[in-house]
Amino acid sequence: MHELSITESLLKIALAAGEKGGAVRITSIRIVVGDLTQVDPESVQFYLDVLAKGTIAEGALLAAERRPLRAACRDCGREFGVAEFQFVCPHCNSGDTAIVSGRELYIDSIEVEGTEDLACGT
Amino acid sequence: MEIKVGQNILAANDAVAADNRAAFGRSIFAVNLMSSPGAGKTTLLERTIDYLKDRLSLAVIEGDIATSFDADRIRRHGTTAVQINTGGGCHLDAQMVQRALCALDLTDLHLLLIENVGNLVCPAEFDLGEAAKIALVSVTEGDDKPLKYPALFRDARVFLINKIDLLPYTDCDLHRLRSAALSINPGLTVFEVSCRSGAGLQDWFSWLEGETHRWRGRDE
Repeated sequence: MHELSITESLLKIALAAGEKGGAVRITSIRIVVGDLTQVDPESVQFYLDVLAKGTIAEGALLAAERRPLRAACRDCGREFGVAEFQFVCPHCNSGDTAIVSGRELYIDSIEVEGTEDLACGT
Repeated sequence: MEIKVGQNILAANDAVAADNRAAFGRSIFAVNLMSSPGAGKTTLLERTIDYLKDRLSLAVIEGDIATSFDADRIRRHGTTAVQINTGGGCHLDAQMVQRALCALDLTDLHLLLIENVGNLVCPAEFDLGEAAKIALVSVTEGDDKPLKYPALFRDARVFLINKIDLLPYTDCDLHRLRSAALSINPGLTVFEVSCRSGAGLQDWFSWLEGETHRWRGRDE
């Protein structure tokens, strides 16, 4: 249920970006979520529906793109996909590994309708 | 029309966490203790305080959804404790810790122990500005916990296995529990303890005392 505070932050960022870009409506928010990041996009959508009421993001749809969990070995330098959270290097058996992807949680982009879109016909 | 954003959703929390980290600097070693409810976080802190209070200057921040039971318990051991009530929130965030710091005298403080809300999921996502995360699991919870909640174990420096005095009464496979955590994070320092009997606690006390000195003594 930490999705509530995550959605609050997400909405704040999306609204600021939308307003800065002159949007009158935010129709969708594209987020990137790593496989080790414990965020449930369905739950974020649920909170978004409630929190965005009365804002330009009301009714916005969340699109979540997952990023696979990958690590790099600091000893042999090779990269590997982390299956079942086994972070030991499959090439040289070293335990000294660093995550290269899978811990993401960011807004990639928003899809908006701008003032220009509305003014097109006139 | 698409607008590129490329912004970390937890950036606001991370900025406050960075402020907390700057406030601690190299004079205060701050640890973030995380476990599920009932694993023994508060009892571990009581034991730790009893051993360390004459050796280091320490304070405790207690995070709970409601009540001041835990802060009251800590104060009975002669240590300053600030209670945060999250009012339903399932984790501490950096701002809550920042507010709690206002109630503490940070001058001459060596060690700050932050007890997070009992939960193995949500606390793992929020940086508080701590120097080290500590994961605690009791053997009665089962040996599958690390693989079910990997993020917390990946980020932790220490893994404490508590209630080992109860091992004969559980089906917990200590070796399986340890190796699951170590496969997620091979750099983990593991301590097997019983806060009730006191078994294994001395190693944890020594680690914490040593790391506090190391943190304070190391030049940036």
